[in-house]
Amino acid sequence: MTGMKHLLGIQDLGRDGIEEVMRITDSFVEVSSRQIPKVPTLRGKTVVSLFYEDSTRTRLSFETAAKRLSADTMSFSVSTSSVKKGESLKDTVETIEAMGIDAIVVRHSSSGAPHRIAQWTEASVINAGDGWHEHPTQALLDSYTLLNKLGTLDGRRIAIVGDIKHSRVARSDVHAFTALGADVTLVAPPTLLPPSLDGWPVDVSHDLDEVIPKVDAIYLLRMQKERMTEALLPSLREYTSLYGLTQRRARHLQDHAIVMHPGPMNRGVEIAAEVADAPNAVITQQVANGVAVRMAVLFLLLGSGVGLSE
Amino acid sequence: MAERERILTPAHAGVFVARSQVMDAGDMKRAVTRIAHEIVERNHGLDGVVLIGLQTGGVPLAERIGSELERIEASAATVPVGSLDVAFYRDDIGLRPVLPEAVTDIPFDITGTTVVLVDDVLFTGRTIRAALNALNDYGRPKAVQLAVMIDRGHRELPIRPDYVGKNLPTKRTELVDVTADGVSIGEVVNQT
Repeated sequence: MTGMKHLLGIQDLGRDGIEEVMRITDSFVEVSSRQIPKVPTLRGKTVVSLFYEDSTRTRLSFETAAKRLSADTMSFSVSTSSVKKGESLKDTVETIEAMGIDAIVVRHSSSGAPHRIAQWTEASVINAGDGWHEHPTQALLDSYTLLNKLGTLDGRRIAIVGDIKHSRVARSDVHAFTALGADVTLVAPPTLLPPSLDGWPVDVSHDLDEVIPKVDAIYLLRMQKERMTEALLPSLREYTSLYGLTQRRARHLQDHAIVMHPGPMNRGVEIAAEVADAPNAVITQQVANGVAVRMAVLFLLLGSGVGLSE
Repeated sequence: MAERERILTPAHAGVFVARSQVMDAGDMKRAVTRIAHEIVERNHGLDGVVLIGLQTGGVPLAERIGSELERIEASAATVPVGSLDVAFYRDDIGLRPVLPEAVTDIPFDITGTTVVLVDDVLFTGRTIRAALNALNDYGRPKAVQLAVMIDRGHRELPIRPDYVGKNLPTKRTELVDVTADGVSIGEVVNQT
């Protein structure tokens, strides 16, 4: 991450970059645990969240992170803005930039939108999810949660289960987990896998029952009903019976194995309600770590001065 | 900030070349003992006294003073020792690279205590300013005192140490290196 101005994708970071973010995150976990969980580090900086897609948790998480660093936050959501009046993405970015800002946190339904925005602005751009492409801060908080629970990812086995094809979380997670040395298995029906997995350092399985006893962590993806415009599944019930983490399946997990989910969960679809609340489910820890990881990213891009040229 | 970090940070980065040793391991040990005695004397014992070392150079020094305090005031309860990283409170954020060196670890409540901040080298005073702000976020101490192994002058803020191992007149461009084996003064030579 040293010297980086934007965070557009996990692939730009590599193992060293990810590990640096993890190290700095430790300090922000400590800050977040204090009675006054706020440091003056980014006083006078302004962080804008520019969300072209609905999101509650990611936006709140970024805004909480910015506020704990004493930055000012502005929020721009499409439903209440002049985008409805036909303003182009470029004009919107230029308008926001003219207000004098330091970072733009972008979520957009088109893959690559944050990369375009980075070309138009002097501010740091942070990708908070672009289309089916990447969601780097989710992968960082997932990596942090895994490292916290498993100690290391070298040689650890992680299954990512569900709609891989439409999932930017899966893409970023695969890059991050494999960069950190984990063996990743994707488990999904063939229709929910990307057309090509060339260059993905992963195994693929269609049999969840066979994979479950071997893994150190199982990562369930949300069934994205809003992206299910093609007829990829006969029914959600059939999906649950073959690929859902039911209570019966969860019993076959190893004792130390953890259950993860990026949220929001469809309880009873990809994960049984009881499994989501079990002690080995770390889903709320993922959310808590998300704030600390995003503080680390904002600090590294805006505050550390590491990227400054001498 | 420990001088060791100053050496490694860009703008200074290079190799530290010692010109002369100003304290050896024995001198350091005697200075630690004297500082410990002064802390006991000044505070009329060790009631409510806690030590907080500044990352990274102040941390081993705080531990040494802590065990010395236990040795000379054996009747007193153990003196809690914590560590503090002030990176997020520095006033030069954005001007030069600033990264935390380690995670702050203060496993006790500092409200109402007498905090003795410990650092290896006192120079401009800006690290101590940052540490005072950071302490406020952890609680409200009854008093804050400052112990340093070396006071090398060149203060830029109205900050004065309460306990000093050695006053060492220096040039601004010089560097002071404190290790367990002693204290050296020298220059950083750029690697080219």
